Amino acid sequence: MKRFGMIGRRLSQAIPSIIGIIIVTFLLTRALPGDPAVYFAGPAADEQSIAEVRAALGLDRSLPEQFWLYLGDLTRGDLGVSISTGRPVIEELATRLPASLELTLVALIFAIGTALPLGVLAATRPNTWVDHLCRVVVTAGVSLPVFFTGLFLVYIFYYIVDLAPSPLGRLDIYFIAPDHVTGFYLIDSLIAGDLETFTASLAQIILPAITMGLFVLAPLARMTRASMLQALGSDYIRTAQASGLARSKVLFAYAFRNALLPILTTLGMVFSFMLGANVLVEKVFAWPGIGSYAVNALIVSDFAAVQGFVLSMAILFVLINLAIDVLYTVVDPRIGIEG
Amino acid sequence: MKRREFLKTSGLVAGVGMVPMFRYLPASAAGRDDTVVVVLPNGPNSMDIHRSGTNRPSYAIAVNVYDRLVSFGTKVLENGTSMYNYQDIVPELAESWELAPDGMSMTFSLRKDATFHDGSPVTAEDVKWSFDRAVSVGGFPTVQMKAGSLEKPEQFSVVDPHTFKIDFIRKSKLTLPDVGVPVPIIINSRAALKQATEKDPWALEYMHRNPLGGGAFMVDRWDPGVQIVYQRFDDWKSGPMPGVERVIVREVPSASTRRALIEKGDADISLDLPARDFRELADGGKVVVQGAPIENSMYALGLNMNFEPFKNKLVRQAVAYSIPYKEIFEAAAYGRGVPMYGGKSMKPATIDWPQPYPYDTDYARAKELLAEAGYKDGFEVPISFNLGFADWSEPAALLVQEGLGKIGVKSTLDKVPGANWRTKALVEKSLPMHMKNFGGWLNFPDYYFFWVYQHGHLFNSMNYRNEEVEALVAATLNLPIEDPAYEPNVKRMLEIAFDEVPLIPFYQPFLDVATQKNVKGYEYWFHRQLDVRNLSKGSV
Repeated sequence: MKRFGMIGRRLSQAIPSIIGIIIVTFLLTRALPGDPAVYFAGPAADEQSIAEVRAALGLDRSLPEQFWLYLGDLTRGDLGVSISTGRPVIEELATRLPASLELTLVALIFAIGTALPLGVLAATRPNTWVDHLCRVVVTAGVSLPVFFTGLFLVYIFYYIVDLAPSPLGRLDIYFIAPDHVTGFYLIDSLIAGDLETFTASLAQIILPAITMGLFVLAPLARMTRASMLQALGSDYIRTAQASGLARSKVLFAYAFRNALLPILTTLGMVFSFMLGANVLVEKVFAWPGIGSYAVNALIVSDFAAVQGFVLSMAILFVLINLAIDVLYTVVDPRIGIEG
Repeated sequence: MKRREFLKTSGLVAGVGMVPMFRYLPASAAGRDDTVVVVLPNGPNSMDIHRSGTNRPSYAIAVNVYDRLVSFGTKVLENGTSMYNYQDIVPELAESWELAPDGMSMTFSLRKDATFHDGSPVTAEDVKWSFDRAVSVGGFPTVQMKAGSLEKPEQFSVVDPHTFKIDFIRKSKLTLPDVGVPVPIIINSRAALKQATEKDPWALEYMHRNPLGGGAFMVDRWDPGVQIVYQRFDDWKSGPMPGVERVIVREVPSASTRRALIEKGDADISLDLPARDFRELADGGKVVVQGAPIENSMYALGLNMNFEPFKNKLVRQAVAYSIPYKEIFEAAAYGRGVPMYGGKSMKPATIDWPQPYPYDTDYARAKELLAEAGYKDGFEVPISFNLGFADWSEPAALLVQEGLGKIGVKSTLDKVPGANWRTKALVEKSLPMHMKNFGGWLNFPDYYFFWVYQHGHLFNSMNYRNEEVEALVAATLNLPIEDPAYEPNVKRMLEIAFDEVPLIPFYQPFLDVATQKNVKGYEYWFHRQLDVRNLSKGSV
């Protein structure tokens, strides 16, 4: 009950920031140099056609009027039409956000599955070759730019070794997307009972997920290592060891669980970072995600799309942070009773 | 250690278990004889070329899914590439056409067996509605129609269900070719009118996502941002039956990925790679690279007449002599183009267009001219270019900067994002020195001069004004090329352009395409989109 109260309070606290974000994005997109009317009037357009396009886009009205209309549309759930793709922004978000989220989540699972064991391993054998190997691997992962790693993996596993499928996006040619339930192809294909599509989607997502995951191995692994080291050095662990408890019980039931909090914080930061930074991965693997869509929209001054993107990211960010905070209270009952 | 060992082994098992899932491809789509897989960087954002905000890749829909009254024939270049022949206008929906004795109207006889994709017959009513739409919606389509003097719905009339007449406002050699460009598509007007509303009489909303055509292909599915799949229309009557049944066009933003796909054989055709990749692929021999020079188009440097030093013709000529043309051709075009420098004489011998301007790298001459103009100590100028075209503009700009440095002119690079370029360069016309890349759809030199050298016109980013050129273009634009005044007029225009050089061309770029060896029928078109109607897959 107290937890629900905490959630409710946190959500209401987030509303002013969302409103601020809406205003700032609106002003920023219009402060950008670049005139979408000129761009979309197309080749060989003259003064008159540019003026026609400007009127059609509603950009010939005054700024406060445009803002008022925008707010009105927002309350009705209408985020406008994206001029770069010709579809309503809501539709674009509904298809592209799940694509990016799916990629980010699979990448996160890979990153957690690799970084946490690595970090634990390094912490239990500090300053041995295992520790140094862990350090080298994660440093390499974070210091190589994402598009380089992506292209490099494509080059090795697709071009040379012929192991990975063609980097053609979420599904290869001849596969039809499963019926839309969540927008996550992996889940939707299982719901539809279509194992072929599931396998195909899985095959397509592995390489981009590894590319993204490699990049965030470093913070996760290093944080795990540091946190575990600190936990392992504390009094209660010494007591447990002195009491003769088995090594695995000491490690996982006591040390790891106590080390989890900083790891959770890092996880939250890493997730938000991945959502935004996946543009380059999306470009390399032709992934129809929200990052590349937002960048393209920005380049052509597609106001509605940029505003919609920033708004959805802001809301997502608030929800993620909230989820992390709730997880805190699950992991450590001492935290957050007061909210 | 049981748990840790468990983690380790389970990780290993999961990794090994993934392996069979990797290379899971059904009978490779790119291998099938009835399907062609195309990869390109950006796909269409609308099914309707008449809609405002429609991007260039959407023109491919107009080309493949809709018919026009006429089309263009084919010719083969020296290097083996096929391209459209703008001098050979061939029937498409119209079987034949007749110019009236007074030359002020043209009557088209439509073929009687043509149907739209929904099976309903194509009539002259549909043609009139479609032409009316093209000249009424405004924006780019209307401007393009105007280029051929197709301006008012009153010009178009239905003589009988299979005869359509266009009355001319003025005689112009551009009218008939303009009927063959992607814009005047023939729309299923009955189906469209069912979707029209009072606020939207041209059914723009509906046709944005739903094509209503009668062309050689239908749209099987369109996943915006991912792919578009064309399915052959087996009852197409307006031309020879296409050789492939399905064409899958996939959006792959990364050029490196497109290159990997074409080299591995998972794509049949790859559009839009950097010039350097095309050269390497051409040399590699695994895939076929076909390049055609983009007609009526030059990559060039524009000098703004509002910038003080450039008001003096000698300064402009000095700049023209200081450009390292050969290096630019290597570094920006990688040889994939036609050089536009090194012409033999200040007086053009022919009206071939584009043709090389009579300038080459000569720093001594440049310094002489600069001193004569009174700028012995040089001056400072920014070189602006559109970041969207950085792959050729940036190396060219850097080399121009170097060349100018040798004659004492200091320059800096001004990189302008794509969204701002049109406003700054073409609308405000405020950039002192900038890269230019205009290419006209109708292949006549006077058409180029109309857009680029006439004062106040959009692509005249140099603020250039020459009264003689104004008069010449106005007189020549609508002259047929057989007219005795045509050739001397164009020669005089070229002579002035050579002498005054507000625009210094580098080279005429190629439009390159990489295809697998067994893909036949690729043709270069002036609209630069892929016309899939001629494609077929033979044996290698």
